[in-house]
Amino acid sequence: MSAVYARRRITNIVALVLSGCATLLGLIFLVWILWITLENGISAITPTLFTKITAYADQGGLSNAIVGSLIMDLMALMICAPIGVLAGTYLAEYASSTRLGASIRFLNDILLSAPSIVLGLFVYVIVVLPMSNLTNGAISFSGFAGSVALALIGLPVIVRTTDEMLQLVPGTLREAALSLGIPQWKLTMQVLMRAAFSGILTGVLLALARLAGETAPLLFTAFGNNFMTAHPLDKMASMPVTIYQYTNDPNPALHAIAWAGALLITLFVLALSLLTRIMFSRKKVSYE
Amino acid sequence: MIDETTRGNALSMQATSAEPLARDTEHRSRADARHDFIFRILLRTCALLVLAALLGAALSTLWGGRDVLFKDGFKFLFSADWNPVEDQYGALAPIAGTLVTSLIALVLAVPVSFGVALFLTEIAPNWMRGPVATAIELLAGIPSIIYGMWGLFVFVPFMAGIEPWLNDTLGNIPVIGALFHGPPLGLGLLTAGIVLAVMILPFISSVMREVFQTVPARLKESSYALGSTTWEVVWDIVLPYTRSAVIGGIFLGLGRALGETMAVTFVLGNSYNITSSLLMPGTSISSSIANEFNEAVGLHRSALIALGFLLFVVTFIVLLIARLMLRQLARKEGR
Repeated sequence: MSAVYARRRITNIVALVLSGCATLLGLIFLVWILWITLENGISAITPTLFTKITAYADQGGLSNAIVGSLIMDLMALMICAPIGVLAGTYLAEYASSTRLGASIRFLNDILLSAPSIVLGLFVYVIVVLPMSNLTNGAISFSGFAGSVALALIGLPVIVRTTDEMLQLVPGTLREAALSLGIPQWKLTMQVLMRAAFSGILTGVLLALARLAGETAPLLFTAFGNNFMTAHPLDKMASMPVTIYQYTNDPNPALHAIAWAGALLITLFVLALSLLTRIMFSRKKVSYE
Repeated sequence: MIDETTRGNALSMQATSAEPLARDTEHRSRADARHDFIFRILLRTCALLVLAALLGAALSTLWGGRDVLFKDGFKFLFSADWNPVEDQYGALAPIAGTLVTSLIALVLAVPVSFGVALFLTEIAPNWMRGPVATAIELLAGIPSIIYGMWGLFVFVPFMAGIEPWLNDTLGNIPVIGALFHGPPLGLGLLTAGIVLAVMILPFISSVMREVFQTVPARLKESSYALGSTTWEVVWDIVLPYTRSAVIGGIFLGLGRALGETMAVTFVLGNSYNITSSLLMPGTSISSSIANEFNEAVGLHRSALIALGFLLFVVTFIVLLIARLMLRQLARKEGR
């Protein structure tokens, strides 16, 4: 066996072993992070977590944060789902080969990975500041502003999935419907939307999974609140922001509550993204 | 309008002659055209909102930061003096922190991502590929606040344990040794960089894995037939074929790393000193904003929003490059 041959084989073996190690390293970090969250979270989950508000600090729970998060996530979805679905429909059905469509699709992909903290600042400048000026400071940070910021996180996910899913609908379906004399808006709403419904729903669920874990855009929009509120113009507590505040606190009893919240939010987000994967594994969905 | 339609329908039901029927049909097709037009405008408005969001984010942060930008101009970028007490704001320390941590993240994440992609496309048995790929992508699904907590409570103590060892080994190498001198705090630029690396690993590896799969089997098989090893096929055939998309994937990861807030805020240590050591605490654009915004007023707040503008512009450019590079491969495929 010549030296060159041996060297090539050794290089190959070393490279393959290293790549196996790299994969193992990635999995170790995944298991490590999930294990730590599970270990610290489970021991801290108690009934008071769901019944008491954060005003009681280490004697309290997270009920107002849970309610606040649910309200803001749902409001965010109510804002971004219709806009995102319609925008995605425009890209797929009306602008699939125009220059405008191509540039919107391109910029939507950029919005998809834009820094979420800047989107928070954006909403602070266009929603929180004007509201505060109009009402002389009576209304400033609000759950509504928080939902707008979260909607900006979810929007590009929905636009992209809707666009991709509608493009998967066979062209013959469009031709068949059009040949019956149906106007295009009816074709879109009653035929194509129905054909792509499960895919579009996947997009909405993915957007929910994405925005439910976001902290940075809520810091200066919804702010936080130690009391229970459902009024969209009040400052509103949320799970991620409360976890952030409790983690920054020196009190270890608050850390425990933060871990419990972290576990709840991780389970929710991972369950959602696994669910969408399993339900629609046959269809191609982009996750980044 | 509704009246007319119902009257038209009623007419067409009554009439047996062709004339009202024709009028009705014409009426309907005119209404259809009108509805189509309105529908199209509605859809286009929604699509344009995506553009408005990006443009709005840039303009509003520029507007919010105007006070400090007018006052200091370019000095804002190059001054290292960040002192809210004296109302002095220089962004050099956060900029440096953002760049250094993102760079560390790339240096660590790119080879590991490449390894993962190589393993999942060429080495792993078929039954293993799907589950392992899903597991790696789950890393991207974990909320960044969880990375922050894990970083602060678990990874920082872990790093504090191995930093004395880093001091003794890497710290003695000439030139780069200075990077690894410092007290074993656990907090700092290196720790933040490693946490970021774990966060961007799934993004880079999933792009690499996807584009590696687009390489025509013909090319790889020809190379195998000439006696290449797996490594040689990947290094000499797969990688050159997918080069632009791989670089695009790396830039996508960089864009993520630059803008990441929650994971780094806890582990950076929030210090505005610029040091030569990676083991020292630092700050970054996003963590400065997250830490100080709610206590800031006046010029301080303006400076933080201006930082946000800066971050947005830089990530926008990086992501633009990423998408352009990714598109090149799609073109080659004829998609």
